[in-house]
Amino acid sequence: MSTVPAPRELTTRPRLSDRVFRRVVTAGGLSSLVILGLITVFLAYRGVEVLRQEGFNFITKSNWSITTDDAGNVVESHFGLAAMLVGTILCSAVAVVIALPISVATALYLNFYAPPWLKKFLIAVIDMMAAFPSILFGIWGFLVLMPSIEYWAKLLNRYLGFVPVFHVDAYVFTRSPFVAGVILAIMIIPIITSVSREVFSQAPLDRIQAAYALGATRWGMIKAVVIPHGRSGVIGGAMLGLGRAMGETVAVFTVLNIVFQVNWHVLFGVGGNVASLIILKFGEASPYEIKALMAAGLVLFVLTLLVNAIADLIVKTTGKSGK
Amino acid sequence: MTSSLSEVANAHVTKAPSIRAAGTGLEARGVHAWFTKHHALADVSLDFAPGTVTALIGPSGCGKSTFIRTLNRMHEFIPGAAMAGEVLLDGKDVYAPGVDVTKIRLQIGMVFQKPNPFPSMTIGENVLSGLKLAQVKVDNKDDLLEECLERAGLWKEVKDRLGAHGGSLSGGQQQRLCIARALAVRPQVLLMDEPCSALDPGSTLRIEETIRHLSDTMTIVIVTHNMQQAARVSDSTAFFLSDGGPGQMIEFAPTSEIFSRPKDKRTEDYVTGRFG
Amino acid sequence: MTTVAPRKPWAATPADRLRDLAIFLLSAVLSYLVVAVTPAKGKLAYVGLFFIFYSVASGIAGWIKFGRRSAADLFIKTLIGLMAFVTVLPILSILTTVIAKGYRGINLNIFKTDMSLNAPTDPLNVGGLLHAITGTVILVSVALVLSVPLGILTALYITEVKGRFTKPIKFLVQAMSGVPSIVAGLFILSAVLYPITKAYSGFMASLALTILMIPTIARTSEEVLKLIPNDLREAGVALGGTQWRTVAMIVLPAARSGLMTAVILGIARIAGETAPLLLLSGGGDKVNPNPFHDPMGSLPYYIWKSFNAGSPEAITRAWAGLLVLITIVLILFTAARLLSTRKVK
Ligand SMILES: Nc1ncnc2c1ncn2[C@@H]1O[C@H](COP(=O)(O)OP(=O)(O)O)[C@@H](O)[C@H]1O
Ligand SMILES: [Mg+2]
Repeated sequence: MSTVPAPRELTTRPRLSDRVFRRVVTAGGLSSLVILGLITVFLAYRGVEVLRQEGFNFITKSNWSITTDDAGNVVESHFGLAAMLVGTILCSAVAVVIALPISVATALYLNFYAPPWLKKFLIAVIDMMAAFPSILFGIWGFLVLMPSIEYWAKLLNRYLGFVPVFHVDAYVFTRSPFVAGVILAIMIIPIITSVSREVFSQAPLDRIQAAYALGATRWGMIKAVVIPHGRSGVIGGAMLGLGRAMGETVAVFTVLNIVFQVNWHVLFGVGGNVASLIILKFGEASPYEIKALMAAGLVLFVLTLLVNAIADLIVKTTGKSGK
Repeated sequence: MTSSLSEVANAHVTKAPSIRAAGTGLEARGVHAWFTKHHALADVSLDFAPGTVTALIGPSGCGKSTFIRTLNRMHEFIPGAAMAGEVLLDGKDVYAPGVDVTKIRLQIGMVFQKPNPFPSMTIGENVLSGLKLAQVKVDNKDDLLEECLERAGLWKEVKDRLGAHGGSLSGGQQQRLCIARALAVRPQVLLMDEPCSALDPGSTLRIEETIRHLSDTMTIVIVTHNMQQAARVSDSTAFFLSDGGPGQMIEFAPTSEIFSRPKDKRTEDYVTGRFG
Repeated sequence: MTTVAPRKPWAATPADRLRDLAIFLLSAVLSYLVVAVTPAKGKLAYVGLFFIFYSVASGIAGWIKFGRRSAADLFIKTLIGLMAFVTVLPILSILTTVIAKGYRGINLNIFKTDMSLNAPTDPLNVGGLLHAITGTVILVSVALVLSVPLGILTALYITEVKGRFTKPIKFLVQAMSGVPSIVAGLFILSAVLYPITKAYSGFMASLALTILMIPTIARTSEEVLKLIPNDLREAGVALGGTQWRTVAMIVLPAARSGLMTAVILGIARIAGETAPLLLLSGGGDKVNPNPFHDPMGSLPYYIWKSFNAGSPEAITRAWAGLLVLITIVLILFTAARLLSTRKVK
């Protein structure tokens, strides 16, 4: 009988001030995209010459030398990051292996064991530790902790020397990847702890109660409910810590003996680190060597970006999967 | 309304609470409960006869959940919680010093309002999770699994997919899974806190059936807001009420009496729906 | 009616506490004795043995009381508690060392003079870190001016505008927070210093610090803005306000103390940042108020330079610099905590 009226359009056209506002905010919001893009572009632009000349040798070889004639022209150059990359991975792996169990235990302690007053205090202290500058860890590590770490390294070598990674070719334990790894571990414990604490605190309360109601002890409950729920989040936190450890510069440079020689033995006093290489060579680098350092920076950037992206994905998908 | 409820209550044979030796079963004596300073429950004494179903009814916030959580010592997980009185299991106070709480909770199982199977475990693992948590060894897990699921009325529906995750079941099935899980550790007593309030009528009926079956072998305490349900499943009923102060138990009697000739005016008001 | 006293039968009794203390002391004594009679020696031996003894003794006590399950429970409980203690140990060590070694280099003079006439190895009564403090203040201020608007706009985009880039931007901000500081330094070097200014200056360093600061501010602000209840926004729009006015006059003021927290945490994040300053600031020894011209000193650079000079005086200077730096960071951090514990209104 009646005709269906044509639906009215319900678009509200924002006022001018709002459109300007949204534009400005969007522009500001895109700053992270712009900055990350520019970093990639500029480092690639500066480093492309070296990358093209070295090709795959840049990441598979480990000699770093440049010869110039009297006029400053490059006669011969070899840039290879292999030792530095291996060192970076080794140091940060040591750091994560040490930091992960301590951080998980600390997070469990904070969530399920500590009395409330102690919990508040410890969280403040650990957050504060995350704000300590890395130069502080470097100098403290070098002057205070290093002698102890070397002693631990010798013990490890004496009793576990038959395990390949704990083997040393010569009896040199100073400034090894292990030393750097321990100091990095101390630096990333706050990060992994706070991510783990966050995911553990999201463990569903009703399942926790269910476990207790079945006669579980506290540890039994943690094994049955908290760990399965938090596992992937903890892995993500460890990856975040790994990313931070791989990019750390000053603290590693202070304690590590940088040598252009691939070394997989963590206790042996020969190490490498991409970030520290840049600080080491920057001072007296010729323009061409600077380009090699830019290329090294690009490799480090891509590496940390990758690790961080994976970490982010893992942390985000956790909690959803548990439901 | 009153007559229909009492008819329902009379429709099944009430078990006599007297057929037992002294000192067996579960008994609350002068139980009080506090949340920090808030006195939530005052002076509740109740005797749960073995092999019977006791329903706890009363308006929300009158302390029913608090009460049953004092029975298996779940109350103490709330920060600031305190209690007074005694809870006797087979004549021994579960709050006595030197008692292992986890053993108490093994003997007094619990089913919660919302089904809460462990999400990381399969159906089979869920049922047997209590054994694993309590580190109890059994000879034949498969038999136990079948038995518990059978008693919880779920065996036929899940026997072909014991390896599926608990979360893949419907709400009612999940709740029966939780019942099966509680049964696997062979508790003497099963506490149920509004086990059907999150379920549809069909699932509710299935669970009521399960409760009737289970009561042959164990003591059951069930909190319910559904008067019909109390009338259908329970042998005795306790009515709780809070008049602004702490919750109290007003009347405890065989279910048929609570619904046909309650002694207290307030009970009558509540069961006839003139209140709450 | 008699009143009944609330009890907590589950709480530890004095006897329980006494037993725990006895276990603790027993483990300490036992580890001491073992170190005394066996070849094991050193701090590590004490600590390691104590950990083992304490955990095992707690486990055994549990076993005696309640059996095998309780043994595992208490063993793990003790172990976890000790691990948490391990987390705190380095902080204690760092704080005590910095204070113990740094205070000798602190005197009024160092806040009044710079190092333009002195080398780090000079006696401690000459020279100071005035240039470093002013430098750090300037570097941080310039970085603040640049990063606060960008950080807060990013947060506003995620919480208020919610455009179609919301997800990617959240992801990118997260990725940006993982950019190594040295890479930020190299980037400014390659994109600004070499092609444009061709000279070290404080501003170059501030640019790198800006990159490091944006994600901290953006993420903390995002958390804060999310806590602003939605009815506030709806009330603003319902009263006929535009989104712009609602955000500027209602949302941002409501989040004020939280945004301050974000800014302070951002400052704490960059105040001690060293690597990019080594590449970009040039690190002068004289007070230089102009960030756009001439090298600029800073606390991290001063600490670095003194530390690398190596003599006892220079090392003491480094510790003193660290003491000043860490005091600043701790004050900022405490301020951030105090602000953030106040309720968001
Ligand atoms: N976790 C808690 N903290 C503080 N008070 C609580 C808590 N749980 C329940 N209460 C209080 O205890 C009283 C009884 O609650 P409850 O036992 O849950 O009632 P019911 O189960 O009968 O609805 C209520 O007044 C409630 O506010
Ligand atoms: Mg309730």
